[in-house]
Amino acid sequence: MERSYVLKMDNISKEYSGNRVLKGVSLQVRPGEIHALMGENGAGKSTLMNILFGMPVIHSTGGFEGSIEIGGQPVKIDTPVKAMELGIGMVHQEFMLIPGFTVTENIKIGRELSHPNLLSRLVGRSMETLDLAAMKKDAKAALDTIGLKLSPNAKVGGLPVGYMQFVEIAREIDKTGIKLLVFDEPTAVLTESEAARLLETMKVISSQGIAIIFITHRLDEVMAVADSLTVLRDGEFVARREIAETSVVEIAELMIGRKVEKLVEDQGTDNRTLSDDNIAVSLRDYRVNMPGELVKGIDLDIRKGEIFGIGGLAGQGKLGIPNGIMGLYAAAGEVRVNGQLLDLNRLGEALRHKVAFVSEDRRGVGLLLEESIEKNIVFSAMQVNNDFFHKYGWIRLHDGNATRRHAEEMVKKLDIRCTGIRQTAGRLSGGNQQKVCLARALTLNPEILFVSEPTRGIDIGAKKLVLEYLVKLNREQGMTVIVVSSELVELRSVCDRIAIVSDGRLASILKPDDSDADFGLAMSGGLKKGGGQRAG
Amino acid sequence: MNKRKILDRLFEQKVVILFVVLCVLTIVASKQPLTFVANELFTRIARNSFLVLALIIPVLAGMGLNFGIVIGAMAAQIAVFLTTHWGFVGIGGFLLTALLATPMAVFFGFLVGKLFNKAKGSEMICGLVLGYFAEGLYQLLFLFIFGGVIPIDNPTLMIATGVGVKNTIDLKDTIKYSLDTVPMLTILEIGFYLVVAAIVLSVVIKLAKKQPVHWKKTGIALILAVAIYALTYIPAVESFLAADRLLLLWAVELWVALVLLWQAGRFLVLKVIRKEELDLKRLAAICVAAVLVYALTYVPAIYEVLIYVRLPVMTYVCIAGLCLLNTALMRTRLGQNMRTVGQNRVVANAAGINVDRTRIIAMIFSTVLASWGQLIFLQNVGTFSTYGAHTQVGQFAIAALLVGGASVQKATNKQAILGVVLFHTLFIVAPLAGKELFGNAMIGEYFRVFVSYGVIALALAMHAWKKVSGVGPSTDFAPASASALAGGTSAPASGGGKAG
Amino acid sequence: MRDNAKALVRQVGLPRIIIAGFFLLLLVAAGGFQMDLLQLCSDFLRRWGMYGILALAMVPAVQCGIGLNFGISMGIVGGLLGGLIVIEFRLASIPALVEIHPLLAQWVGILIAILIGVVLAAGIGWLYGLLLNRVKGSEMTVTTYVGFSIIAFMNILWTILPFQSGELIYPNAGQGLRNTISLADSYSGVMNDTLAITVGSLTIPTGLLLFFFLMCLLVWLFMRSKTGEAMSAAGANPNFARANGINVNKMRLVGTILSTVLAAVGILVYAQGFGFMQLYNGPMMMGFTSVAAVLIGGASPRRACISHVLIGTFLFQSIMALALPVANQFIPESNLSEVMRLIISNGIIIYALTQTGGGSRE
Repeated sequence: MERSYVLKMDNISKEYSGNRVLKGVSLQVRPGEIHALMGENGAGKSTLMNILFGMPVIHSTGGFEGSIEIGGQPVKIDTPVKAMELGIGMVHQEFMLIPGFTVTENIKIGRELSHPNLLSRLVGRSMETLDLAAMKKDAKAALDTIGLKLSPNAKVGGLPVGYMQFVEIAREIDKTGIKLLVFDEPTAVLTESEAARLLETMKVISSQGIAIIFITHRLDEVMAVADSLTVLRDGEFVARREIAETSVVEIAELMIGRKVEKLVEDQGTDNRTLSDDNIAVSLRDYRVNMPGELVKGIDLDIRKGEIFGIGGLAGQGKLGIPNGIMGLYAAAGEVRVNGQLLDLNRLGEALRHKVAFVSEDRRGVGLLLEESIEKNIVFSAMQVNNDFFHKYGWIRLHDGNATRRHAEEMVKKLDIRCTGIRQTAGRLSGGNQQKVCLARALTLNPEILFVSEPTRGIDIGAKKLVLEYLVKLNREQGMTVIVVSSELVELRSVCDRIAIVSDGRLASILKPDDSDADFGLAMSGGLKKGGGQRAG
Repeated sequence: MNKRKILDRLFEQKVVILFVVLCVLTIVASKQPLTFVANELFTRIARNSFLVLALIIPVLAGMGLNFGIVIGAMAAQIAVFLTTHWGFVGIGGFLLTALLATPMAVFFGFLVGKLFNKAKGSEMICGLVLGYFAEGLYQLLFLFIFGGVIPIDNPTLMIATGVGVKNTIDLKDTIKYSLDTVPMLTILEIGFYLVVAAIVLSVVIKLAKKQPVHWKKTGIALILAVAIYALTYIPAVESFLAADRLLLLWAVELWVALVLLWQAGRFLVLKVIRKEELDLKRLAAICVAAVLVYALTYVPAIYEVLIYVRLPVMTYVCIAGLCLLNTALMRTRLGQNMRTVGQNRVVANAAGINVDRTRIIAMIFSTVLASWGQLIFLQNVGTFSTYGAHTQVGQFAIAALLVGGASVQKATNKQAILGVVLFHTLFIVAPLAGKELFGNAMIGEYFRVFVSYGVIALALAMHAWKKVSGVGPSTDFAPASASALAGGTSAPASGGGKAG
Repeated sequence: MRDNAKALVRQVGLPRIIIAGFFLLLLVAAGGFQMDLLQLCSDFLRRWGMYGILALAMVPAVQCGIGLNFGISMGIVGGLLGGLIVIEFRLASIPALVEIHPLLAQWVGILIAILIGVVLAAGIGWLYGLLLNRVKGSEMTVTTYVGFSIIAFMNILWTILPFQSGELIYPNAGQGLRNTISLADSYSGVMNDTLAITVGSLTIPTGLLLFFFLMCLLVWLFMRSKTGEAMSAAGANPNFARANGINVNKMRLVGTILSTVLAAVGILVYAQGFGFMQLYNGPMMMGFTSVAAVLIGGASPRRACISHVLIGTFLFQSIMALALPVANQFIPESNLSEVMRLIISNGIIIYALTQTGGGSRE
């Protein structure tokens, strides 16, 4: 069936300093339809949207290849303003609203209506007087369009979170000639009823002829409102489907499916004995208040001596699990390490129970960027175990020799590429920084090691070394290793079991060789809710 | 519930209430007649209000308390020095000085704005240090460059060696009271000419741009202006207006009359002619309040004060004008942009507002206004302490603003004026109270200095405190707003999906 | 070659190169005017020791994360109180000790003053630290004004504190402490004179320098201790510190107290070298001078170490010492050096602030 498209992006490619993040991706959206754009983190969705909006980050890094057509006309979008003029709007995940302003002022932000006065005639438009009455009228009209009964004079600061999203939408609707609206994971911050209300509103908007690109992970939402969808994976175009002709299971497979790579060489024979009676870490009704990664109640047992994987999409709460245990964010519930209850309010409690942690935020939490490699490696052991000190009476002074010896040994063992152990950690490459973090954790002689996003932002060689080293630690020293990662491939290649976290809760615990569809459904909340499934 | 609300309101105003109490206590302790205090106070309001009002725009633009107004004051002082040297006097000299100070202040404001853009988030400390830095440059200019590099042959202004400017410059024969003594008649005349010029200019521009002109409206405006101007030719009115000071009593009476007229006019136009909604209760309350104020003038103690104090009209007109400007500016596109930038730079940027440029414009406004404020201050004081006049400008102006209940992020005209009143009342009576209570005037002196530093320290600490607790993690696990949206929502659509 | 020069500029920092160049220029000028360079050198050394400890107070403050501590006046008032108490009770001239050696008596006096100052400063610093822990991110703005406020508050106290000694209070009216208190009869120059070596017109204040270096050594040792390391980490990266079980607020408190205590010691060392104690608004801008010194030495609002203190104080104070006589050659009786102090010290602070501050459009 031949139909006109409001947006047609053809064969789009983009690379950032030699790294191809988009490889010939196409996207077509018809007028007045809701088109879901799906894919794991890092699949290329946000880069694609940045290209659509002509964001500076694209054009300052050498532009992109491919063509864009709006309403059948080829266009060149090189600034966000241009995108706005072409009638493309975006509803942001984090609100671009000013709490101290009224609804009207927020809707009209940067696009105020005004009438000229004597001064503005002399000086310029910036001195024109605001036409508050006309602004209010426009705001009211936009609010009416999306069916929100809200006074345009209300201060946004006092509104519930759900309303704020609608004010955002009203702002986009208010822009004249809006043809295409992008919703970037709009339901992530909403409660269920708010989300339902939002989906309803999206349908109202699309029924007025405005097309919507709906970026989301939630399969049930896609099944409920979308007309068609495009799936991306690793920067590649996977498929475009009409919702009526597909199923939840198929979409899940499209999102996950890939050839399973062998990331880790076999480490000799595996003679571990894992038993359900010998639990290293046990969580009961465990909650963590980590902004953006809320954990909302998890029960989990990790056996001593296993490599346990925790996976899930970004923002679903998997990162909250180790961060809460280590005391970096407020946590509640029951956490036992080797049977002993942790006092989650006491700083450094987990460290004293021989739990070490390699943070996902290397530069923010994992390293002292301005300090030397050796200082970074021994720091935790100094503070937690009182290692690397000379003792003079009650005074402990830093022992430079012992530090140097140990640091040099670690550098050799982990193959940290540096000019010397005095080099500052901030000047190392990502992979080597990760190895320093790992070295610091190991210097603590832990029994249990949490490693969060061990391979984020590091090159393939370092990736392999880090993963292999984790396996080696586990096999040779019997260390319990818990790997938290968004990279399903890497979890499936090293872990004994993998827990998938979705919406702050445990979706399921899977074996590495379970099917792609199982993983896809678990990650997209499809299994848990089960609704929204519908035959084509 | 209601009681709670009132308490909350009072708590918000705690700084103001504290200072009202403090002022009353010190006035009582100082044992000074009210007439003395009031007279001093109104002089100081005239002197200082303009400087305090100059602080408002940067606060709204999110740049905090502008310690950089010292630099505006310096621009004014350079101009005063030059015009004094060239021998310009009277209101003409004053206007020329202002004209000279303005471009300097614009330039300085631009530089300060540029600098503040490089130190976002630490504007206040940067502004403070910048003040000291500029002080160094200022001293360099006045001590060594004037006379040393630029030859200035003027023995009354320069130190005997010919290099460097004297410690104090007497403005008695030049611009002292030049603004304060502009007769009311002249003010009205100038106002009349300005209005006529504006009307004509506006018509001309509209014609040139081929836009429609509302001839009828223009005509009415012109006739009104002429009529009011014609009134000044009535001998009684003329003789009343010939004075340059206005008795406080008359000022109050005039004010009450104006308020009543204004409210009556509003009632007529909005309610009777246009039949719009009008908050009648509020209107009535304002009228009653006005009448009450008038009634108060019959209280002997107050009456005594009212017939004692005389206001320099032109200066107060300037202050009122600046209040209007601050309000009017915030109703323009530029003002709205400033407020947006002040509230959230990220959002402003996303909305297509040039954040850096807006901030620089805000700084230029503030610096220029500060330079004019310093001119008003100097012409009223009459002696210009070359190396000291500017040093406390930022300090005292900011303290006054804060005493009025303003904060680092929010400031209004009302708070500025109230702050000036409270802060300077304390300033006048504190040394006297110190003398009465402790037999040592210095204690009062030190106390008022302590107050001015302390109130700033407190405001800054409270601001920082709020900022810290604002980002702290909340213990809420589930957002509780679900019910708020419940009304009118339907279940997720089940049918859905238009067939391709 | 050019790349090397550029790298050097980046490493040393443009402002330091300018200031060092300026110093050399002044030195050459002084030589050109046939001034007594050795005497100038004595002046450099004396000022170095006098101002050094006040600048040293910046190190723990910066390292623990509160940034440049403009509020060292908090510690300074503690030190001044200690000094006043010693004079009031004539502790610097206890007859029994004077008989052994006058310098010994003076040393006892100043050490008691330091002890009292340290105790007071520790208390003040603790309160001050509690405040600073609540205003994270805006410490510099707050410390500046809290520093000013304490000076203004102490002005009131100086007028009403019940000191009796004739050396301290105003002579005729007898109300309030004097503005400038001479230490000639107590411990003036006690450190400067101890073990002083005079070669021609060059005087080396050995005792003063030794005391300064001793303080530096103590701070250096502390920074290498477990607490010191933890404190540095808490300042450099609070999240990192927390991940290692370090109580960041406690470490900031430790740093603030240490900084305040050093300021108390510093003002007494300064006062004995100067020969006077300045009350009232005298110590108001001390914080700025100390901040400028460490910044000139190469510190940033986030990192500072002992070498920054040593280099910075020497450069800054030497320029101040040189500027006065050199400027007088051009314009006699001018206070050009005061003008220069304002420009250099505040200029370097502004530079440092713009280096760390925003700069982004957002």
